[in-house]
Amino acid sequence: MTHPDFLWADPEPKRGYDVVVIGAGGHGLATAYYLARNHGITDVAVLERGWLAGGNMARNTTIIRSNYLWDESAAIYEHSLKLWEGLSDELDYDILFSQRGVLNLAHSLPDVRESVRRVNANRLNGVDAEWLTPAEVKKLVPIINTSQELRYPVLGATFQPRAGIAKHDHVAWAYARAAHDLGVHLIQNCEVTGFRRAGDRVTAVETSRGAIEAGRVALCAAGHTSVLAQELGFRLPLASHPLQALVSELLEQVLDTVVMSNAVHVYVSQAHKGELVMGAGIDAYNGYGQRGSFHVIESQLAAAVELFPIFARAHVLRTWAGIVDVSPDASPVLGLTPVENVFVNCGWGTGGFKATPGAGWVYADTIAHGRPHPLAAPFTLDRFTTGALVDEHGAAAVAH
Amino acid sequence: MLSVPCPWCGPRDETEFRYGGQAHVAYPADPAACSDAEWAGYLFMRDNPKGWFAERWFHSAGCRRWFNAVRHTVTYEFAAVYAPFTQPPGVPS
Repeated sequence: MTHPDFLWADPEPKRGYDVVVIGAGGHGLATAYYLARNHGITDVAVLERGWLAGGNMARNTTIIRSNYLWDESAAIYEHSLKLWEGLSDELDYDILFSQRGVLNLAHSLPDVRESVRRVNANRLNGVDAEWLTPAEVKKLVPIINTSQELRYPVLGATFQPRAGIAKHDHVAWAYARAAHDLGVHLIQNCEVTGFRRAGDRVTAVETSRGAIEAGRVALCAAGHTSVLAQELGFRLPLASHPLQALVSELLEQVLDTVVMSNAVHVYVSQAHKGELVMGAGIDAYNGYGQRGSFHVIESQLAAAVELFPIFARAHVLRTWAGIVDVSPDASPVLGLTPVENVFVNCGWGTGGFKATPGAGWVYADTIAHGRPHPLAAPFTLDRFTTGALVDEHGAAAVAH
Repeated sequence: MLSVPCPWCGPRDETEFRYGGQAHVAYPADPAACSDAEWAGYLFMRDNPKGWFAERWFHSAGCRRWFNAVRHTVTYEFAAVYAPFTQPPGVPS
């Protein structure tokens, strides 16, 4: 087997671009692709301070679902899930999208009531959802412990059959190649250090590779968005936290769906290669260090071993952390900013990967037309002033 | 795990503490006079620096007292801890 050809070029930055996207993670790459594909805007650069898709895109647990409680969230995540369903064909690249279903376990009576409510809300929004009894959970996941003797027994679960996982690297590479083919410049090792202003507009982005003129600027920097906003002189309702995850060594296939538990807090799937991929909640403190505290790993493994006793003999191969930008209502911030030609896409917190195609789609539309896409309209920065929050804390099928 | 230097008890494991987020977010002197934007600023907008950060901690499984700390958000190093409602000591440059 020979080394494959490079999928995209590594160009020197031009003097300027119509749109400069900051951050070549999944959202930035998808945004650039949809700017070119849906809106014919091809004079686009995606600036990346490190390497392409080397931040949270390389650090997430690849779970894709749309079973959010509130109408606004269900609409944008379901839009994203529909795009996932056609993405391998659209981008002509196998992203290993596997609709193996996602279970969200309930461990207490309040959990059960919230879960059944969410199933009903999902169905009213056209999102596939079922309520499963413990016996039905056991049938779907034979290795799970449904003993009612557990401290937090499994009392049932919500199930979204169309949910699943995808191969995160392939997703990034597929979008990168497709964007490159449409004329987008992907510029790595190019850190944004400041902005040149003329009144309410940004005229150029200052970078470690020189100033780059910009007609419009699209922030897509996840955990680092607050740092950019500070340079631009406006405030965001974000706190950046480490979010840890881990994989086991390669194992025989034992789990062919995704299991998430909010109450004992672990989520687990088994990658195509065989690693168990697990994650849980954020570390409590603000942090940009891409590492967290070990007790967070310990508690998620304790939860995993209680639910799946056979995991007790698996070895942890690797743990790591990404930097997630958490908003007060656990919903994203997407839309215009106080700076006239600067747009923002951030605040996806712990759930950004699943939104990659949908966020890119609506963000590109927002940038192209200078107003929020209808699906993005509930998620503008203004909602923190009007009070119209989309409060997915505890409602989004996972604690944040 | 972080070793958190409680000013009352000395260094203790992070698991004994609750995190309180940004310090020195003062309740508006006259809340009824706030504009919506000012109220949003108080409720939701937060400093989120990559670097030194003044933040609150609560020793929930220890002395159960609040305190403030200056901690670096990349290295996670604590530079100082100090009593609530007092100004932070000088921040390292």
